[in-house]
Amino acid sequence: MSDEKITPLIMPKWGLSMKEGKLSDWLIEEGTNIAVGDEIMEVETDKIANVVEAADPGLLRRRVATAGETYPVRALLGVLASEDISDADVDAFIEAFEMPVIEDDDDAEAAPLYEFAETSVGRLRYAVRGNEGPVVLLIHGFGGDLDNWLFNIDALATSAKVYALDLPGHGQSTKQLAGADLSGLATAVLAFMDTVGVESAHLVGHSVGGGVAATMAFDAPDRVLSLSLISSAGLGREINSQYIDGFVNSVSRRELKPVLINLFADSKLVSRSLIDDLLKYKRIDGVQGALESLSAALFADGEQKTILTEKISSLDVKTLVVWGAVDEIIPASHAQSLENADVQVIQGAGHMVQMEQASQVNDLIKEHIAG
Amino acid sequence: MARTLSFKDAVNEAIDQEMTRDPTVIMMGEDIVGGTGSPGEADAWGGVLGVTKGLYAKHGDRLMDTPLSESAYIGAAIGAATCGLRPIAELMFLDFLGVCFDQMYNQAAKFRYMFGGKAETPVTIRAMVGGGFRAAAQHSQMLTPIITHVPGLKVVCPSNAYDAKGLLIQSIRDNDPVIFCEHKNLYAHEVDVPEESYAIPFGEANIAREGTDATIVAYGLMVHRATEAAENLAKDGIDCEVIDLRTLSPIDMDTVYESVESTGRLICVDEANPRCSIASDVTASVTQEIFSSLKAAPQLVTAPHTPVPFSPVLEDLYIPSAEQVADAVRKTMAT
Repeated sequence: MSDEKITPLIMPKWGLSMKEGKLSDWLIEEGTNIAVGDEIMEVETDKIANVVEAADPGLLRRRVATAGETYPVRALLGVLASEDISDADVDAFIEAFEMPVIEDDDDAEAAPLYEFAETSVGRLRYAVRGNEGPVVLLIHGFGGDLDNWLFNIDALATSAKVYALDLPGHGQSTKQLAGADLSGLATAVLAFMDTVGVESAHLVGHSVGGGVAATMAFDAPDRVLSLSLISSAGLGREINSQYIDGFVNSVSRRELKPVLINLFADSKLVSRSLIDDLLKYKRIDGVQGALESLSAALFADGEQKTILTEKISSLDVKTLVVWGAVDEIIPASHAQSLENADVQVIQGAGHMVQMEQASQVNDLIKEHIAG
Repeated sequence: MARTLSFKDAVNEAIDQEMTRDPTVIMMGEDIVGGTGSPGEADAWGGVLGVTKGLYAKHGDRLMDTPLSESAYIGAAIGAATCGLRPIAELMFLDFLGVCFDQMYNQAAKFRYMFGGKAETPVTIRAMVGGGFRAAAQHSQMLTPIITHVPGLKVVCPSNAYDAKGLLIQSIRDNDPVIFCEHKNLYAHEVDVPEESYAIPFGEANIAREGTDATIVAYGLMVHRATEAAENLAKDGIDCEVIDLRTLSPIDMDTVYESVESTGRLICVDEANPRCSIASDVTASVTQEIFSSLKAAPQLVTAPHTPVPFSPVLEDLYIPSAEQVADAVRKTMAT
């Protein structure tokens, strides 16, 4: 049996808390030759459902997993092998594959999912993955949290030390805002870098997080190695103010769901647990006030208050701009507003492009940081 | 930060955080602090099942042990609420409702209405409900329908620790009388609960499980029986939606209607006795409002029309089981 010619298809690990996933459906039959990037199956976790793309090319010899069943992360779901491998060898490979068990929460060896930093602006939650390579800092957008990077953090951490934090007023960080605008949020992220001992980092910002990253590049240029601005705020006036108002004012699942559908090209990605998690966040004391203050400062009168294009253009910082072509929150035309940036518009993705087309976005960010 | 917490500890934390936040929150009840005759330590008991243990040490005389007279201290709590405090009164078992019902349904429930909307009665009455505790007929009833019947009383009955904390905080902050029902057989049940304070609005049902074939409506302990039934039915290819009402007054019928409009089948599970129950109420509303959406006759799964038996064997038969719920679902699927 030659293992090099046999490649396992395994249950992916999407983000920090995923322990198991449900194989919703196979998208290819046995006997299909697949190329890297082909959509091979649909997987559903307690957070989100998404399509799994092939990471390796090959001939699908066996579908080991059954659609509709739940499997632990890294479980064997299928086998790729060329035609010259015998069925017996495929069987032997499946037999010998070590099925992982679902990790226990109190597994002493597992790194903590989240940590907390006591910064000068209060307690901030963060996750850190990877040990080697440049430092990358992921900054989520308005109403988001570090789980917005669940399809990115582990992929980026293969060649970098990646931090993702919850901004003040968001996730499990303090609900006190140091300042209810981009400067206030930028100050908080710099304070976070001080606390965890990061002198400078490649900043990746999504939406309002992009505006925060760009503001940091202007306020503290020595601490910003590069900018990756994803569906970023601050590059034009237009914003979907109905989305912002709907997000701030919704208190029930029924109100919030139609609002959240605007975030994705594929509305099926708005799962029950995504809505539940956001409602749980919005109910916490202080969140409503923080969201109202931020939206008043950032998006009063239905448009973006702070335009950063001139500021960013005046900086000597390498900038990548990524946008989903069908962004319903901030129009994709804003991607063209920076002259010296590497601009990438991704088809079939909405505002949450880093979730919907994660592998493409991960590759672009990795390339940008390496180059 | 989220960590797992039991239902009992979630109730304790909600009271603790609200007493810390708002100095007008006080608490009274039988044995909620020391208990008559308890030795030395002032905080020896913390309630009959220890739910309020530790609160006296933090908040001192804002917690008061009362004489064994529900009519006196429930009335005192309601009176204090009309005069500017936010009292939490612990009725221990909702079964003791009878001795203080006048203060609740004919006084507290009526003040806002009878004083031209000018009077507010921000009182929370906590009480244990439900069976399975081998506590016999006088300490095991699910009397939620009786209080839900009364306009002016809000009725809450959570199924888990996350909801218990958020709904109790909402109850304490609410300016109307709220009866907060705690199922004693859920006290040890744990789920993720944030450390921060948070309030869950009343009248928002939770969809405990999504499904397309049938809608099971439940509250309290029965949410767990319904979910267990749904998981078992899923193995046979029957995909049930489970709706946890969370609050019985106000009640979120819109979520129930939306679900039944898509599934066409309704099963109501209620630990209360069958006549004039939450189950019969929900069924009546669905048949009246969206009759044409129904593909089969709605099914009710309730306790029988008897007192709760003391015999453990009979008590287990008395409380609706996951098997009974599954059978009721299958009945709706047969047509």
